[in-house]
Parts: sequence; C-alpha cells; structure tokens
Amino acid sequence: MGSGGPAAAHDRNAIRAAVADAHRREWAFVLAATARVTRDLDAAEECVQDAYVAALDAWARQGVPRNPGAWLTTAARHRALDTLRRDRTLRAKLPLLIEEQSEPDAFADGAPAIGDDRLRLIFTCCHPALAREAQVALTLRLVCGLSTGEIAKAFLVSESTMAARVTRAKKKISAARIAYRVPAAAELPDRLDAVLTVVHLVFTTGHTAPGGPDLVRADLVDRAIELARILRKLMPDEREIAGLLGLLLVTDARRATRTDAYGNMLLLEQQDRSLWDKGRIAEGSALVIESLRGGRPGRFALQAAIAAVHAEAASYAETDWPQLLVLYDRLLNIWPSPVVELNRAVVVAMVSGPQAALDDIAKIEADGRLDGYHYLPAAKADLLRRLGRVGEARSAYLAALKLTDNPAERGFLSRRVAEVSVADGR
Amino acid sequence: MAQYAILIYEAESGYASGGEDAWQTAMESHGRFAGQVGEKGGKILGGDALEPTSTATSIRNDVVTDGPFVETKEALGGFYLIEARDLDHAIEIAKLCPAPFGGVEVRPIMDTSGG
Repeated sequence: MGSGGPAAAHDRNAIRAAVADAHRREWAFVLAATARVTRDLDAAEECVQDAYVAALDAWARQGVPRNPGAWLTTAARHRALDTLRRDRTLRAKLPLLIEEQSEPDAFADGAPAIGDDRLRLIFTCCHPALAREAQVALTLRLVCGLSTGEIAKAFLVSESTMAARVTRAKKKISAARIAYRVPAAAELPDRLDAVLTVVHLVFTTGHTAPGGPDLVRADLVDRAIELARILRKLMPDEREIAGLLGLLLVTDARRATRTDAYGNMLLLEQQDRSLWDKGRIAEGSALVIESLRGGRPGRFALQAAIAAVHAEAASYAETDWPQLLVLYDRLLNIWPSPVVELNRAVVVAMVSGPQAALDDIAKIEADGRLDGYHYLPAAKADLLRRLGRVGEARSAYLAALKLTDNPAERGFLSRRVAEVSVADGR
Repeated sequence: MAQYAILIYEAESGYASGGEDAWQTAMESHGRFAGQVGEKGGKILGGDALEPTSTATSIRNDVVTDGPFVETKEALGGFYLIEARDLDHAIEIAKLCPAPFGGVEVRPIMDTSGG
C-alpha cells in the first residue's frame, strides 16, 4: 500500500475504522493477555494503548491483519517485555497475583492468550472487596476500554472524581493482593452474581439515563449487551448468564418504541409492538428457555422470563397476567426485593383490579425501603387515576416528579399531572 | 504469601454485660480459630487482645487526654497478624475469626522494605 495519492485518504479512513473496530471488539482480550506480562494493570493499559497507536501506522503499511486481536496482543506484549527489560523499576513491588500453573507460555512471544484471561480480568474488576461503583468503573475502563472521561459522563460525575475512583480501585487490587483469577467453584455463584449485577447496572444506567437529554444512552446499553455476550461465550454452561443476556436483549428490543418522535416517554401499553425488534426477542426468548431449564432458575432468568412474557404478547390487553404473577412470586421467593414487590403490584392490578394493587403498595410504602424511589408514587398515582381518585393521583404524580431527573420521565409525569388536574377541576 | 492484619471491632458492652461466661466462650473460640488458620493453609504471625477503651490514653500534639482516639460504638479490641496467599485467602480466614459483638476488618500490611 503506497502513501500519498488520491486513494491514501480513503485508505487512512478505512484503517482508522479498522482500528476503532478492533478497539471495541478486542480491547478486553488484548489487555487481559498483556496484564499477564506486566503483572500491573496500569502498565498493561499503557502498552495496549501504544499497540493501538502502532496499529494505525503498521496496518496502513501492511494491511489490516486477518486476526487483529492476535496482532494487537503480540504488539502489546512485545512492548511490555521491552519496557520490563529496559526499566527494572517498572517491575511492580506488588505484582498482580497470577496463578503460576495457569499459563506456562506466558512469556512466549505471540502465544495466543487463552480466552480465560478475559474472565480473570472481569472477575478481578468485580471483586466484592471493591465498592460497587468502583466495580462498574473498572469494568468499563479495563474490560470495555472506555476512557475515564466517557465513564464520568455516563455516571454524571466529574472526570477527576472518576479518575480518582479508578485509581483508588487499582491501588487496592495491588496493595490488598486481589488475585487475577477466576474464582473456585465454591465461590463462583456469589462472585458471578456480582459480575452479572455490574453488567445489569451498566445496562439499566443506559436504558433509563439518570440525566442528559435522552431517555436511553445507547452506548452503555450496547456495552452491557456485549459484556453479557462475552460472558456467555466464555461460560456457556452458566444459566444465569443466559438469563441476563436474554433479559437485556428482550428489554432492549423495545428501545425504538419507548419514546415518540418528540422524545416523549411511552408506556408499555402505548408502544407500537409492530416496531419491536423481532430478531432480538427471538434470540432473547431462546436464551430464557435455556436459562429456565434444569434446576431452580436464578433471579436474572426469572426477570428475563417476565420480560419475555411481555414481549411475546400480541397486545397489552392480551398479556398473560396470571403467568406473570406466578413468575413474580417465584422471583420474590429467591430475591425478596421491594422493587420486585412493586412490579408485582402492577401485575396484581391487572389480575385483581387497582384496589388490590393499592393495598399491596401501601404495605411496601409503609416499610420505607423504597423512600425516594420515584416509580413507587408513579405506580400509585396511576392506580388512583384508574379508580377516578384524581385528587390523590395528582399529589402522587407530583411526588414522583420531585424524585426523577430524567427529562423524558419528567415530561411524562408532568403531562399526567396536567391531565388529572383538569379532571380534578383545577 | 502476603501479610494482613485482622482487626477485631466489637461493642465492649457485649463482654461487660455477658460477664465471665461471654469472655470464656470467646477465648475458647479464639483457641479454635488458631487451629483453623493452619488448616486453611494460613499462618498466625502474632496478635493480642487489648484492654477496653476505658483504659486508653490518647496523645495528639503532645496533649495527653484520657480515652480512645475516637469514641465509637464498636472499638478495636484485638488483632491478629496473619500470612495468606491473597486477599481471597485472607478473607476466608478472617471469616472464621470470632467477633461475637461486632466484626473484623482486613488490612494488607504495607511493605516498607524498599527493595
């Protein structure tokens, strides 16, 4: 490939796109393999960054390699070995703890890293000795390759706050000797649950963004789905992973219909079901069936099953509400959470009427665990509105409005306040 | 192997109101704990129980005052210095450490050898 000439600019764009694509697809793979050599997450990150920069030049000269991930891994590991040889002080005093027998060829140049390295990285980022917000930040930084600035923006904190959070977490991994490994079978269920919780949190943050002009932050939603896909590929026998991926796909299938052309939020019953992503629903539903098979299903499998019942209903009215009630009861059984109780109450309204649901919500409200959770007054307001108790509905909508900053949700609640105010003769 | 401190924080009132029995039971548990650490592949390098905070004297900027540095419901009442493979191993050991009136905190020992 020659430089200059009219084709050069086009080539450069194509190369840049190929590198960006490899950044998205291969970052975790390359970083996880490089961390083995550097035994230090910071140093690994630097070497991987350098490898991506080097790729821009090298791929322009030699063409894009058939396996970009392997090329980048080799480049990053070479860089790591060079740096280690040149600068002995870089050998961290507290090297990342890697089990010795796990990869005999760790220092063999160009040796393909085993897929498990990405799992090691993910489990290290989501170690329970790290705070949840640090787990999320580290996962997005190290596994997804997001910049600190991008993560800060997604979670509405300043870049310096996020940088400090990431630095503190990395320092704890090294100082407290958190091992770079996949947990043993005995601890796996708990540790995997923490990983899945982090992925789910990334998804929900994107699905209903805490701020910014849009209801959905597509980048975070897509990252979460990619993470779930990686986990699914690496641990195909874990049914809760199938459940989580199914949940994310089926939920996200409705993305295009959750707001109208003006960005106003639409409820499930107002959405145009013909626009739901059939491919995602089918893929997700198949995963749900798999996740429910063989033994007691976990909380992600059951949530996915609930989402699938909604997704497969021809219309809101034709939804299989009794089936949903059964699923919610099973979910509550293994995961007694007030949020689940609240969602169950919405189903109770469809099966036994709004008054029964209001009674359930009154109990949830009384125990105080959902204080400050805007979906509680919003659900209550909706039930009161349906019972014609518009005055009470209005105060409940106003209470919900006070508790959310998402503009699409605020718009929706404000419109409801206006509607019930008219009905109330205000 | 790495070194960790297991710091035992407990409500002193637990032992005060539980009397000799509570103390005796706790001492027996600590005796068993010492054996369990070895079975888990760790090692106890040291440790002791502390007299209650009512016996503490604090010194800040040469000013000597009666009492602990910070008044808390659960006070540092004892510690172990242990050796473990990594944090997971240390946590596994610390979970066995008796603290009937509170809990324990695991802290890595800083390597100050400068090598």
